[in-house]
Amino acid sequence: MRLLFGAMFALAIAAAVGLGTTWLALTRGMAYGGITIGAWTAWPRNGTAGIDPYARAMVARRGELPVGSGDGVAFYARTDDADKPLDGRCDVLVSGITPQARFWTLTLYDLDGRLVANSLRRQGFTSQEIIRQSDGSFDIVVGPRVRPGNWLPTGGVERYQLVLRLYDTPIGMATRTGSEAPMPAIKKGACQ
Amino acid sequence: MIRSGLWLLAALLLGGIVHLATILVLPRLASQDAYARVSAIAPVNVVTPLPPPTPENALLPFMDPAFATSVCRYDLARGSLKFSVPIGQAYTSVSFYTRGDVAYYAINDRAAGRRVIELDLMTNAQRADLPENEDVTRADRLIVTSPTTMGLIVIRALTPETGWIPAARAALAAARCRLQ
Repeated sequence: MRLLFGAMFALAIAAAVGLGTTWLALTRGMAYGGITIGAWTAWPRNGTAGIDPYARAMVARRGELPVGSGDGVAFYARTDDADKPLDGRCDVLVSGITPQARFWTLTLYDLDGRLVANSLRRQGFTSQEIIRQSDGSFDIVVGPRVRPGNWLPTGGVERYQLVLRLYDTPIGMATRTGSEAPMPAIKKGACQ
Repeated sequence: MIRSGLWLLAALLLGGIVHLATILVLPRLASQDAYARVSAIAPVNVVTPLPPPTPENALLPFMDPAFATSVCRYDLARGSLKFSVPIGQAYTSVSFYTRGDVAYYAINDRAAGRRVIELDLMTNAQRADLPENEDVTRADRLIVTSPTTMGLIVIRALTPETGWIPAARAALAAARCRLQ
């Protein structure tokens, strides 16, 4: 009787621990081998056959296709440089320069990877569309209200993420630091 | 006391095994993975344009709205595949995914070095069966080997500004993938 009870107890704990940790790993977005530069993180290995099992499970669950490593690399930011979550009701200034790449795109998604509706029908910028300063750097205001210059509307959503994709770039698995890959700064401004 | 401690230890070990097993099995069981979503609209061995992502409707999450995208859902069971796409004015890339959504190869227009990206896609077995005398190593013949019999070729053309969309679509419309 005690043996049976013990076995049932152990199996219940095992199921709870096993499934619980799997759920946590998949929803919290834990993945190995990320490159973090400022608020931005990329997982270049996810675009290769060497993708780790956790990332594979996450990719399958979300139903996305990762950017192939011969194509480019995607950097994700869910927070600003001060580690505060990006809030669509506030102005956020994305400024600076990007790592070497033939083209790049900056896109705004909600946390599930869907585009966010707004009156301007603008979901992002490409490197060709951006207005730059004379030194090649740029300022993009991500916020709910109309702004002159590079304005990326948030549609007023509470939480969002920015994805900066570099195409045809030397940035990849060998990249380690921000000096090799200068990513734009993300600073929070006034809120509505 | 020791006895329940041992049970707990066994439970935790078993929990670890359950965790690893679910992580490894999940990609096979996922019914809404990218391959399944693409399969719903794309026939086999034909280049099919994907609808551009909008806030209301997107076939896949995290699609880049600055690109025109087409896919060729391939099945190499009946032979190898010949693939070609003319390159657009801005940036064109071709990425290969296995049945399990692993990106195993990607090439862009610069790496291809010509006005058209042309390649042969085959399984390892089909590659091994290539006749010896055929000049397989010819520099301009690109052979890609697929780890799985089925998979996806994703062709993407950048539209740096909205005015470029028709040109990018036209380049993708000229893409071909067919069994040989």
